[in-house]
Amino acid sequence: MTHWNFQELSETPSQTGGPYVHIGLLPKQANIEVFEQNFDNQLVQENTAGERIRLEGRVFDGLDLPLRDVLVEIWQADANGVYPSDADVQDKPADANFLGWGRTGADFETGFWSFNTIKPGAVPGRKGSTQAPHIALVIFARGINMGLHTRVYFDDEAEANAKDPVLNSIEWAKRRQTMIAKRIERDGETVYQFDIRIQGDDETVFLDI
Amino acid sequence: MSKLILGAYAQRNTDDHPPAYAPGYKTSVLRSPKNALISIAQTLTEVTSPRFSDEHFGSKDNDLILNYAKDGLPIGERIVVHGYVRDQFGRPVKNALLEVWQANASGRYRHPNDQFIGAMDPNFGGCGRMMTDANGYFVFRTIKPGPYPWRNRINEWRPAHIHFSLLADGWAQRLISQFYFEGDPLIDSCPIIKTIPTEDQRRALIAKEDKSNFLEADSRCYRFDITLRGRRATYFENELT
Repeated sequence: MTHWNFQELSETPSQTGGPYVHIGLLPKQANIEVFEQNFDNQLVQENTAGERIRLEGRVFDGLDLPLRDVLVEIWQADANGVYPSDADVQDKPADANFLGWGRTGADFETGFWSFNTIKPGAVPGRKGSTQAPHIALVIFARGINMGLHTRVYFDDEAEANAKDPVLNSIEWAKRRQTMIAKRIERDGETVYQFDIRIQGDDETVFLDI
Repeated sequence: MSKLILGAYAQRNTDDHPPAYAPGYKTSVLRSPKNALISIAQTLTEVTSPRFSDEHFGSKDNDLILNYAKDGLPIGERIVVHGYVRDQFGRPVKNALLEVWQANASGRYRHPNDQFIGAMDPNFGGCGRMMTDANGYFVFRTIKPGPYPWRNRINEWRPAHIHFSLLADGWAQRLISQFYFEGDPLIDSCPIIKTIPTEDQRRALIAKEDKSNFLEADSRCYRFDITLRGRRATYFENELT
């Protein structure tokens, strides 16, 4: 193979997180007390602005059985649609009481996972467009060779969803609904249910970002 | 000179990574999508990522030899692992969160679902974390993990390895992988490593013995560098927002 005289590096290849991913990323779920401050699925602090919501669901394999060893992470903007990140270029201050990121593991028995967070505001899209409110979500697990990315949209944002550039870039319109979470009220709490189907009927849309 | 304006991350080269469906690694058969991934043009969502500060971390978070020690030192080979995190264009990746986890010297994990006969070590936990510095440099200390058997085919054995996870500047850089140790004969027969399609990329996961950085009468040393996706600069139209 001929090489040009500049060197571009190849991205380090991905490998599965394996069945014991919790040891490193959620040590408390593996009953390991090592760190004083552990990362978790609570994105809401006392002074965080915005509507409190709970996001929950399960991840199913090709036989429709829940993954009980899956690790889930989310990344989202604050209530005003600003990311608490140095790379957000909107020139608006992000909520100082919001990390925007959380991590959880499915229950070892039932496979249910959940986050306590806030509903994100709309974020600018490309070329002056506006994206519907959404949460970026990635799953890692045994049997998954590279983290699977998707987005969570909200079923009570139908108008914004209809104009969302990413949803509209999915040519198979019937697949778009696999990225839309269902709002319910439970004991005075707002809950969005979002099940992920890795393979088969109603397979969730996964993104190459 | 005006401020550098950054565009999108370069496209992920899927030929440098394992495919989702890799039948030699049996668990992947029912846990891989049937549909092709849908590639999207990046937005602020994909180029941003959380920031962590030093106050999140304790003083022994990157010292797996001491961070779980109760009544003595863990048993096993003392090693230091160090290296640089860069992007594909060679720039250092600063303040990235690097998390690691591994088995003990017996090849046994401290996890409720691990029932391997290899002995537990009451003084070894097996997880650590750190931030890269301004040069993209990281260093941690640990016990070299043992290989362990697993049920893929019935007599399958993983080479010694350490799992690692990176959260850096952009969500698009999110990466979990594993690194191995130079010279381990199990590397050539591992079906998980063999999901990676090219020899060069398989070799990119092997930490090298770093002899001049051995610490006399104390620890050996391995060098392992990590490459993440990089962002292009924008000199003409900026379409990201």
